[in-house]
Amino acid sequence: MAKELSGADILIEALSDLGVEVIFGYPGGAVLPIYDALFKQKRIRHILVRHEQAATHAAEGYARSTGKPGVVLVTSGPGATNAVTGITDALMDSIPMIVITGQVATHLIGSDAFQEADTIGITRHCTKHNYLVKSPETLGHVIHEAFHIATSGRPGPVVVDIPKDVQVATARYTKPGPISHPSYKPQTKGDIKAIETAVEMLAAAERPILYTGGGIINAGPGASQVLRELARITGAPVTSTLMGLGAFPASNDQWLGMLGMHGTYEANWAMNQADLIVCLGARFDDRVTGKLDAFAPKARKIHVDIDRSSINKIVPVDVGIVGDVGRVIEDMVKIWKGRQHRKQDLSGWWKKIEGWRAKKSLAYKSSRDAIMPQDAIRKLWEATHRKAPIITTEVGQHQMWAAQHFDFESPNKWLTSGGLGTMGYGLPAAIGAQLGNPNALVIDIAGEASIQMNIQELGTATQYRLPVKIFILNNEYMGMVRQWQELTYSSRYSESYSDALPDFVKLGEAYGWKGIRIEGMQELEAGIAEMLAYDGPVIVDCVVAKLANCFPMIPSGAAHTDMILGDDTVSGEMSDEAKALV
Amino acid sequence: MHIKEGPKERHTLSVTVSNEPGVLARIAGMFTARGYNIESLTVADITEDDSISRITIVTSGTPAVIEQVAAQLDRMVPVHKVTDLTVLGDHVERELALVKVAGIGDHRIEALRLAEVFRANVVDTTIASFVFEVTGASTKIDRFIELMREIGLVEVARTGVVAMARGKEAV
Ligand SMILES: Cc1ncc(C[n+]2csc(CCOP(=O)(O)OP(=O)(O)O)c2C)c(N)n1
Ligand SMILES: [Mg+2]
Repeated sequence: MAKELSGADILIEALSDLGVEVIFGYPGGAVLPIYDALFKQKRIRHILVRHEQAATHAAEGYARSTGKPGVVLVTSGPGATNAVTGITDALMDSIPMIVITGQVATHLIGSDAFQEADTIGITRHCTKHNYLVKSPETLGHVIHEAFHIATSGRPGPVVVDIPKDVQVATARYTKPGPISHPSYKPQTKGDIKAIETAVEMLAAAERPILYTGGGIINAGPGASQVLRELARITGAPVTSTLMGLGAFPASNDQWLGMLGMHGTYEANWAMNQADLIVCLGARFDDRVTGKLDAFAPKARKIHVDIDRSSINKIVPVDVGIVGDVGRVIEDMVKIWKGRQHRKQDLSGWWKKIEGWRAKKSLAYKSSRDAIMPQDAIRKLWEATHRKAPIITTEVGQHQMWAAQHFDFESPNKWLTSGGLGTMGYGLPAAIGAQLGNPNALVIDIAGEASIQMNIQELGTATQYRLPVKIFILNNEYMGMVRQWQELTYSSRYSESYSDALPDFVKLGEAYGWKGIRIEGMQELEAGIAEMLAYDGPVIVDCVVAKLANCFPMIPSGAAHTDMILGDDTVSGEMSDEAKALV
Repeated sequence: MHIKEGPKERHTLSVTVSNEPGVLARIAGMFTARGYNIESLTVADITEDDSISRITIVTSGTPAVIEQVAAQLDRMVPVHKVTDLTVLGDHVERELALVKVAGIGDHRIEALRLAEVFRANVVDTTIASFVFEVTGASTKIDRFIELMREIGLVEVARTGVVAMARGKEAV
């Protein structure tokens, strides 16, 4: 019989049985036994962040770029509450993550003990599931079950709260076999009848469009491959949400670009005019649909999603298929081929699309002196795309410009906070991605405001010699907020100016980074080249046009057809109804 | 600007869940987090080994909201099965109430007479009060309480609805 281990050692055993190589964490009183167990072993690498929020985003970046779950370890009370933003972020973007939180000893729970917080209560609604472990006997099983839940079905964050006495007390641990949960049984294989119906609808459609999302990325690289095959055999145009970028190659002729609020003219018009929308692993988010009663009025809709509650949540659909999107697409391709369907003649449809494309909705006016932010992204892409870099972002205009102007050819290269829109995501996510992909070029495209939200992580990259790059589009404004104020509130720029900015070059240098400032078009290419040539972490402060706006844009609550293409159409005041929408 | 709401339906859902700590908070919290209504919620374990509880929830909302409520419940890890009894068709719904009524003289006699009509049992009595136990559909209990209000209603405790589909099948 196996000998008894402390709860802390059981945790380490279970994590290494589950193949965990790296965890992101921060110590404290309630996790000292676990940190001591970590100290005594060599199988799991611990990455010490500078703030628990960063641990969660680093785990997200690791997960999104490798396909493996991210693991976080934090102490009770403030450690756990600091992690809440990243946990919520992972829930919104369906990122597999396991967060181990320390808790006060079981007999102290509920007594307002030092650093006690009701972690289970606080995280109940921002996790896929959570556990309070009350004895070391159950700990091993709970950890395995937590991984099963976090990584299967629609992935998400799972919190395991472990009281300090449970970390110290002993029990036997044996590696459990495959987890069979009494109630949690996600459906991965889609209903074949419904898939057949979907194939027939697709074969008969005259104006089909494939609307893809982050679910394809979550379903693994195989899903991106079968998506390409489905697009090839049907000849249908493909668009994607912010979260799904990279699943379909941007260089492909059938690619329409991103859809939604800052999507392309052709993607949004094609959605509006389509007679069939095939939604693959996306969820009809309000940033995508715009005004609901004007959304795709002519289209029948097929929705493939692993989460039954996503189907008919926002938009009622004609055919709902619950299942793993990769497997469902594979079935669709098989059935299509088995029935010897040919590509429909979509030339009329493509002609219309070409007409919309001719609008060149992503075009912008370059300037000779001030760097247009779009130019900065384009140049960054030109200089790096052959290296297939991993791009993370913060949140704001720079994020949308990156989504529009940085072209991705493969999945798991684009890491951004989509659902929650968390400023401060990009740097820790880049750190996590670099750890998971030591040889990759990892760049955080940042805004000067967002980067300050987790700037302390410069130290983490230095400590672990991670050569991540930060490329700040410094417009001296919370540009996205300023843009909305220009559009909705007659340019009353209430608190959206980034005053008292640090000298980012010196700040980087203080942390042992290389710092580069780029101040005009003539310095842009050389600055990027210098950044890429440096073997180590680099922070680039790229000074860009202060008042540039991100277009195209569908104002929130407007129809796809009411897209604003450029500056000439904006500014002014909006109705209360429009102001009430986020 | 004013905020609009759509027409609502009332549905009774039966939900079986693993009997683990926090499961009720999880479910109740999901309703508040997503802005759904709970008109009544009852819960008790129903298996020999206390491993599974049955929760009966009466909720109201537009048909699309009701579909979402069921789907959101269904995706929760400890939830085994969700059945919308209202959609399923014919089912029985029962509720139990304890109703305390105070009064003397004619009021007492009238209270007893009405109790008989409603098949309510007297489960406690003093010279000047009764506690009635009444079961039935919620509307029947509403009616009983209303009548008692005129006689001398003191307080009410209700269990909330429990429900089951008719016929020989289990949910
Ligand atoms: C944590 C957090 N707080 C507030 C916001 C609201 N918000 C969205 S974009 C933005 C401005 C971001 O400014 P910056 O990082 O400079 O990016 P820019 O838009 O200028 O490119 C703000 C405040 C947010 N998304 N996240
Ligand atoms: Mg800015």
